[in-house]
Amino acid sequence: MNYLNESLTSLHDKLVNHELTSKDLIQGTLANIHAQDGDIKAFLRTDDERALEKAAQVDKDGINPQDVLSGLPVAIKDNIVTKGLITTAASKILDNFKPIYDATVVQKLNDAKMITIGKTNLDEFAMGSSTETSAYQMTSNPWDHTKVPGGSSGGSAAAVAAGFVPAALGTDTGGSIRQPAAFNGIVGMKPTYGRVSRWGAIAFASSLDQIGTLTRGVYDNALLLNAISGLDTKDSTSSGNPVPDFTANLNGDIKGMKIAMPKEYLQEGVQPEVKAAILKAADTLRSLGATIDEVSLPHTQYAVPTYYIIASSEASSNLQRYDGIRYGYRAKDVKTLEDVYVKSRSEGFGDEVKRRIMLGTFSLSAGYYDAYFKKAAQVRTLIKQDFDDILKDHDLIMGPTTPTPAFGIGEKVSDPVTMYMNDILTISANLAGNPSASIPAGFVDGLPIGMQLIGKPFAENTIYRAGFAFEQATDFHKQTPNMEGDAAK
Amino acid sequence: MIEKKQVEHVAELAKLSFSDAELDHFTSQLDEIMKMVDQLDEVDTTGVEPTTHVGDLVNVFRKDEAKPGTPRKELMENVPEEQDGLIKVPAIIDEGEDE
Amino acid sequence: MNFETTIGLEVHVELKTNSKMFSPAPVTYGAEPNTSTNVIDWGFPGVLPTVNQGAYGLGIMVALAFHAHVAHDTHFDRKNYFYPDNPKAYQITQHEVPLARDGYIEIPTPDGGTKQIGIEELHVEEDAGKNTHTGQYSYVDLNRQGTPLIEIVSKADMTSPDEAYAYLENLRKIVQFTGASDVKMEEGSMRVDTNISIRPIGQKEFGQKVELKNLNSFNHVRLGLAYEEKRQARILMNGGTIRPETRRFDEATGETVLMRVKEGADDYRYFPEPDIPRVQIDQDWIDDIAAHIPEMPDKRRARYINELGLPEYDAGVLTDTKEMSDFFEETINDGADAKLASNWLMGGVNQYLNENKVDLPETKLTPAHLATMIQMIEDGTISSKIAKKVFKEIITNGTEPRQWVEDKGLIQLSDPDQLNPIITDVLDNNQQSIDDFKNGKDRAVGYLVGQIMRQTHGMANPKVVNQLLMAALKAR
Ligand SMILES: [Mg+2]
Ligand SMILES: [Zn+2]
Repeated sequence: MNYLNESLTSLHDKLVNHELTSKDLIQGTLANIHAQDGDIKAFLRTDDERALEKAAQVDKDGINPQDVLSGLPVAIKDNIVTKGLITTAASKILDNFKPIYDATVVQKLNDAKMITIGKTNLDEFAMGSSTETSAYQMTSNPWDHTKVPGGSSGGSAAAVAAGFVPAALGTDTGGSIRQPAAFNGIVGMKPTYGRVSRWGAIAFASSLDQIGTLTRGVYDNALLLNAISGLDTKDSTSSGNPVPDFTANLNGDIKGMKIAMPKEYLQEGVQPEVKAAILKAADTLRSLGATIDEVSLPHTQYAVPTYYIIASSEASSNLQRYDGIRYGYRAKDVKTLEDVYVKSRSEGFGDEVKRRIMLGTFSLSAGYYDAYFKKAAQVRTLIKQDFDDILKDHDLIMGPTTPTPAFGIGEKVSDPVTMYMNDILTISANLAGNPSASIPAGFVDGLPIGMQLIGKPFAENTIYRAGFAFEQATDFHKQTPNMEGDAAK
Repeated sequence: MIEKKQVEHVAELAKLSFSDAELDHFTSQLDEIMKMVDQLDEVDTTGVEPTTHVGDLVNVFRKDEAKPGTPRKELMENVPEEQDGLIKVPAIIDEGEDE
Repeated sequence: MNFETTIGLEVHVELKTNSKMFSPAPVTYGAEPNTSTNVIDWGFPGVLPTVNQGAYGLGIMVALAFHAHVAHDTHFDRKNYFYPDNPKAYQITQHEVPLARDGYIEIPTPDGGTKQIGIEELHVEEDAGKNTHTGQYSYVDLNRQGTPLIEIVSKADMTSPDEAYAYLENLRKIVQFTGASDVKMEEGSMRVDTNISIRPIGQKEFGQKVELKNLNSFNHVRLGLAYEEKRQARILMNGGTIRPETRRFDEATGETVLMRVKEGADDYRYFPEPDIPRVQIDQDWIDDIAAHIPEMPDKRRARYINELGLPEYDAGVLTDTKEMSDFFEETINDGADAKLASNWLMGGVNQYLNENKVDLPETKLTPAHLATMIQMIEDGTISSKIAKKVFKEIITNGTEPRQWVEDKGLIQLSDPDQLNPIITDVLDNNQQSIDDFKNGKDRAVGYLVGQIMRQTHGMANPKVVNQLLMAALKAR
């Protein structure tokens, strides 16, 4: 079975009404993935045996109508650790790495009795915007198999868009949830930095990383975020800010909502058809009672270089632990300790990861720190101030999630700078820590595109309210890929 | 302009090795990336505090209470080479780093 | 050519906490390899650090004990380097803004005065694991990984190995009195690295400094530095130049040996630790810690002299270690006379410790037992001869002294009603001695006392016997 015509709530109702058992659901899910994922390659591995066991247990215990996620399948990006289930971050250096503890989000989903179906593909260590840097496989965009699914949470986004699962977790360091959500025509939320515990998320850039949610609709997204949010004493950067019910007040009413549209988000680099779709989305929001003001975020053009310095610097340090000594890949036939380090790392990491390690190491090295790392950290302050200023008297910032719809596989992978520029619209929210989501907002050349909504810190509910109202007023989210993968609509 | 020698030095710090051709390739790519980064020079950051953490959390402490460690058997599950409860590596020749 | 020496010291001290600096794994010593660690200590993918508040507080306490200024706004930094005992390949430390700056330690000078040795900075950080080597392999034990450390960096204010020695002694003593650490070189809870350079007297610039490591005792520090002074002088005298080197002290030969020549500066790529929010220490916390710092040795010493009336020498010995000083204070709190307690601690107790090569806490002696014993001596319950027996019993077996003395029948005979009949009896049988006494021969008294002691099997209180005997003699 697939989930193209289902939601978490519709499935929950069927379980409660005994139209389905969790075991039926999980069996059907796995069968569909095994039959169809050969074309998409969204999953790196599934966890059939344990998933079926857990489903049987849920059926045996009975489903409490209050446990809205109980017995439902979920996919987890493979840079989030799952106890006993191999987790590689799509890197050869973590080949066969079997975590001995669960990420907090996984623990929380287990507590909610959700069932982990498997681990999804990503760019190696989440470094990329196309899932092409995975050491294991190339994931296709379900809408057009010659296109990338975006990245780095490309596997999770494709799995949801293809109807393999109703929901998935991803991580977002510079747009890695929102961009693939946009490319796949689904909803992707990067919560406020600190909203969701990072314990167990394999670090890429610690001050930017955030785990988030990918679903086909806004309500489901809010439901899933409810389950994974909240203070975790194991993550010192997680926030004690109260977690509201994100599904509350999703009623289509956004009268009086003040939305800012930065002119920088609609400049040249943005494909005209994308711009047109976003302007049309603005009209829709206006028709629902929101006001849209054109504003300026003057430091937008510096977001990409700022991001690449900070993210790569942190990454260069975070990835030093992959040294072939305690876990993961160790090069064969090594005689000296230096060989263990250099060979294991050189053979274990792919090119994009090496490039970023090199960039980060360079930016932190003696004599360059002030000119690069510190300078970027200062510009980050200005980018954050831009957001703070605008959000002082606006509820949301809106714009396109990406300048273009999904690009072709192999098209940009050899040109890092062009690839990096693809993230220009999503990066600022990570630098500033604000919550931000992509909502399906139209089609260009048969490929989905997304509208990005950025909120005040810890105001995910405002994003959901606007997204939900927009979803009610449009039918983009109801469209599904035909699974032939030729973008025919 | 980034030079090959710098890239070599950085590779050494990062414990990565490259063939000569790879080194040339990386040098030109890093150079291109750094050119993009050099745009930041346009921004006047005089007196601007760097942001290294977002959010307003400060003083997040844990009480000094010990919890039992992770069982050694579990920790060793992923270790490539082990002996008598110790992690085994080729001999360390150099006498170590400062603390 | 005459040279002057410049020495700076970097001291690492392990803080005495229950859990590690950035993980809740227990801090242990001598445990089975890799049994006091967790996934954080191992740097597993996805783990995150949490800051031990107790360790940070102890760091502040040590800083205050050295009169340093505590930073109100600081953060942790990462120091990046690869090494098998460093699982994350970075150490979480404080680099940009250390916990405290600008402290000092006073050391005595040969002329009887004192000299201040400056402390550049103090910061808290995590310890590394331990590597051992055999043949072609090294083995890693991560039990020590993450143990809280405070690093104390002196200014280059010391001009001789003796000053370095005195600095270390006082540093150790002060840290010990704070209770923040065991500061035992032999167990590795205190570790010393040194920098030494020499320059011709009168030269303004410092000479090339050499780093000296692998120093396992204060004495090795002194010997190693002294060797370096000579080695460097010899090189300069012969027209050579000093290389920037790291050397180690070889115990067997008493020489320093080259470990490596330093090529260029190390590049640790420090940057602010993103996984830990900033640390903002308000004055209230600092004041609270300051109010709870145990009294430092110099203050205690002064109090022992001025308030307890002890001789300077006694006060010095008693404040040499916190263990001894605390023991002394508890003993007098339990009712012992200060001078008598001091005499026993400096005498019998120290002698016992030296003979048995143990530390005070390893014995069975308690302040309460010592105080009781001293009181029994004072009130005549036991003789000082018996006291020696009692002391041996209470320090080796931990027996309650009063009960033991009673059980063993070792209480002195002081009751006149019991003693007088014995005295009468002795006098009745020694008329010659009475006559001698009357004729002014004092020796007779000694003889009579001896007879009385014999009759009482040595248990009579000599003081009381004397009094009663004199009265009886005069009455005859
Ligand atoms: Mg140091
Ligand atoms: Zn240190």
